[in-house]
Amino acid sequence: MIENEAAPAIHVAPSPHIRDTKGDTRKMMMDVILGLLPMVIVAVYLFRLYAVKQMCICLVSCLAFEWLFVKMRQRSGTLKDCSAVVTGIILALSLPGSAPWFVGVIASAVAMGIGKIIFGGLGMNIFNPAMVGRAFVMIAFAQLMGAGSYENLTGLVDGVSGATPLSALKFNHLATPVPDLFWGMTNGSIGETSTAACLAGGLFLVLRRAASWQIPLGILATVLVLAGIGDIAGSHSGRLLIHHLFGGALMFGAFFIATDPVTSPLTSKGKWVFGIGTGFLIMVIRFFSGYPEGVMFAVLMMNAVTPLINRWTNPQPMGEA
Amino acid sequence: MGLLSLKGFPGTGSFRHGVHPPDNKSLSAESKVEVMETPDTLTLPLLQHLGVPCKPVVKAGQMVRYGEMIGKGEAFVSASLHSPVAGKIKKSIMVTLPNGRHLPAMSVQTQGEQVSPHKIWADMKSKDWPRDCISIYDPFTIVKIIHDSGIVGLGGAAFPTHVKVTPNDTRMIDTLMINGCECEPYLTCDYRLMKEAPRAIVAGALLTGRAVSAREIVICVEDNKPDAVKKLKEATEQTVIKIAVLKTKYPQGSEKQLIKAVIGLEIPLGGLPSDVGVAMSNVGTMATVARGVIKESPLTHRVISVSGRGIKHPKNLFVPIGISMGEVIDYCGGLTQDAARVVAGGPMMGFSFSNFSTPVTKGTSGITVLSHDEISNEKETACVRCGRCVDACPMNLVPTRLALAARYNNPSIARQYHIQACFECGCCTYVCPAKINLVQLIRTGKKLVASGAK
Ligand code: SF4
Ligand code: SF4
Repeated sequence: MIENEAAPAIHVAPSPHIRDTKGDTRKMMMDVILGLLPMVIVAVYLFRLYAVKQMCICLVSCLAFEWLFVKMRQRSGTLKDCSAVVTGIILALSLPGSAPWFVGVIASAVAMGIGKIIFGGLGMNIFNPAMVGRAFVMIAFAQLMGAGSYENLTGLVDGVSGATPLSALKFNHLATPVPDLFWGMTNGSIGETSTAACLAGGLFLVLRRAASWQIPLGILATVLVLAGIGDIAGSHSGRLLIHHLFGGALMFGAFFIATDPVTSPLTSKGKWVFGIGTGFLIMVIRFFSGYPEGVMFAVLMMNAVTPLINRWTNPQPMGEA
Repeated sequence: MGLLSLKGFPGTGSFRHGVHPPDNKSLSAESKVEVMETPDTLTLPLLQHLGVPCKPVVKAGQMVRYGEMIGKGEAFVSASLHSPVAGKIKKSIMVTLPNGRHLPAMSVQTQGEQVSPHKIWADMKSKDWPRDCISIYDPFTIVKIIHDSGIVGLGGAAFPTHVKVTPNDTRMIDTLMINGCECEPYLTCDYRLMKEAPRAIVAGALLTGRAVSAREIVICVEDNKPDAVKKLKEATEQTVIKIAVLKTKYPQGSEKQLIKAVIGLEIPLGGLPSDVGVAMSNVGTMATVARGVIKESPLTHRVISVSGRGIKHPKNLFVPIGISMGEVIDYCGGLTQDAARVVAGGPMMGFSFSNFSTPVTKGTSGITVLSHDEISNEKETACVRCGRCVDACPMNLVPTRLALAARYNNPSIARQYHIQACFECGCCTYVCPAKINLVQLIRTGKKLVASGAK
């Protein structure tokens, strides 16, 4: 028999005995962090120290608040899953570079506290934490987060000229040159300006399956159609369409915010509904509200209906019906 | 090759969802079936199949011949038990099978003149299994012999075969599907059998087809086993049997998924293959049927795989039922220092065990010994609601929701989301990045639902 002294220790555990080694929560978060790198680089290139400062503030505060809140709830440490790092970076990238330090700190506190931990931590939150944080400071510090905060950066980088492309178009009927829009030589929240960077990082995410492809495709297709209609109706000869597609936080939001698995639907059908709904709301806000930009509110609203979408798109088991 | 060979079948060669674990078949795929010598003692649990245990019909101290019935399956869903050796019955004992069942078992001490297992295996491999004179057997006789031979499904579930083939007035069988998919990683016993004894499989399939009066007989093999397909093609020439080559995917070998893949039909929830006119059996079972009907030998031996990175010499073996797992493992050189988990069956659905005196039963398709690197010890984190489990579930369920319902003791949600449709294939757990053992939770949930809790 095998039971000699050097016998290996045999574990008994329930099936399945093998796991997919490619994916775990941490690796998934690491992929998101890697996917965010292009935006981080562009942000630092464009906004220099403003960007570095903003990212450091949000990162440190998100980690600190996560640690603190988890501690207060007497749960085991959750910093290792890296989800707080992701929230920190996304939050920073969604803020204007000129926002003062306490804006980042407060946004982080709200993101981790109200956005995530009070729901029970990673996986339990209903709303995208970074967007909760951002929405809070946007309302609380309307002055600091308004159009003015973007215009303050005028002249910082060549090509960055005053208002964000979408507000320039909406309020002053000024069109930003298309290459500037695509490469990101414009004003805006520090991570959202470059369509090219968002596409590169976003495609990486989708290929790594860290984000679903249905959501970004649903959003972009809907925006394309609705902005296309608006463009033709108003005879903008393509300018409006390009602005809506490449301007504002659309690309960043489609790939990095709306795709947050925790706050988006489970099934592929549900993801389509979520994507199309988000795209639709973005255009409604952009066309009809006072805000030139609608990604954040659109995502938050769709987060709220995600449980419903999950119910509507609950799959039929095989053999049913 | 590929899916073109599925021409003539309404299915697409695949089913929805599923996973692609590394199949690791190369460890043992090229090892020819070796015959193990008859051991001194065999331990034969009275329940080696799904259903009701059989009743002992011999007493301690009594001598038995090879193939003599020692336990009788009296209930309809039960299977008789036969001695794989000539010998003396010893006092009955209790054993615990890897699936956790604690059962009385008979043991037989080998004594006297034996039928050589080499001869039995040589018979199985021989080319002269008839293919044309099958019609001399009357369908009822075939069913009766299958019943008397104690034949159960050798694919793993060990469902008594006579139950599937007994004529039923209300449900006609249109197609007999022979399952040679062997989709569990590591296992290669069916593959070896298809390669080495295709004629026995074909004879058994023809007999079984006759018993159920099937209009069509299809042998289903995954496209990662081209050699087996080739051998089966040769063996089925000039017969009515068709071969369907399917996409390699786990769990392609599961009944419902296989029916969907080949004939495009879905078994209603809670239903059986016969609800869509299908009878299904595994290739090993077919070879056993041939042996039972044509050679009048009951089920006493089977082919098993012993594989994995934790075993010194992976092999395919022809062994008597009742031999201990330990003897088999020793025969394969024993465990490596790296061995971490020993599983009866494959790594996706098999049961791990640590007591090596536990016997090989009719349903043991193999022993998989996994090394430390192969098993996952990662800590569970929170569900990130990524939906990967939903995308993997071949039954199209929402595993994360079923697991939560179980964890929070909510049988009504579990029922509402069809927890009973889960057949515990493990795909959801396999893919979950949060390393949640969804299947384990779902099992608990099923028990909760079965207990009638509200
Ligand atoms: S795969 Fe795991 S983490 Fe993803 S939704 Fe299912 S249970 Fe949750
Ligand atoms: S829920 Fe059940 S049937 Fe679906 S993947 Fe998980 S174990 Fe398989």
